[in-house]
Amino acid sequence: MIGITHEPLNPEQITNQVRQDGNGAVVTFLGTTRDSFEGKRVLKLDYEAYEEMALKKMAEIQQEICAEFGIADIAIVHRIGPVDIGQISLVVAVASPHRKEAFYACHKVVDRVKEIVPIWKKEVFEDGSRWVACEDHEFTHPEPAVLNTDND
Amino acid sequence: MHLVVTFFALYRERAGLRQLALELPDGGTVTDLTDTIRQRFPNLAPPDVKIVVAVNAEYADPDLALHEGDEVCLIPPVSGG
Repeated sequence: MIGITHEPLNPEQITNQVRQDGNGAVVTFLGTTRDSFEGKRVLKLDYEAYEEMALKKMAEIQQEICAEFGIADIAIVHRIGPVDIGQISLVVAVASPHRKEAFYACHKVVDRVKEIVPIWKKEVFEDGSRWVACEDHEFTHPEPAVLNTDND
Repeated sequence: MHLVVTFFALYRERAGLRQLALELPDGGTVTDLTDTIRQRFPNLAPPDVKIVVAVNAEYADPDLALHEGDEVCLIPPVSGG
């Protein structure tokens, strides 16, 4: 399941999409909107997407991580538009026969979403706003932390 | 060739527009496009920063040749999640 929506996300419903009787583990990640940036109060966030490409990239990540971990059940759904503080903006649900793959794969899906999916968030303050990751570093692209899957 | 370039997020706000119609010589590349964009919008991105371009919903190499009718979008650093 891959999706982009303007509506509030329902993590239980999305998680149910990956549950199968052959899976013994389900890991669901919720990305939620934070209320501060460097001590400044954030009133809400505004998400924007290049939807056609974002959906394509989310599907690529789904296929890539399924292949890497030998699993079959990954759901990725992102909310866009205005999102109030404390609300869910991203749900990633991963199920696998055993827990290790589900934990690692879920972490990696989230990292990849933040790295390559064309979605942007703007923090709105009382006295202004900023596009996250754009104006703060003036455009560095740090490599995501690589998970070491060799260690148990 | 005639192209329509779409701006998102930070680039949309800095350029003050969402789409721009542009003429580029036939055989022009992604780099030719970003050079033209930088001339027109010098404050879009710092000079040492590469402007990432998507062509037909795929990240494009700088030397990719553009064609009439391509869907061209400027992609500021992403921040989903």
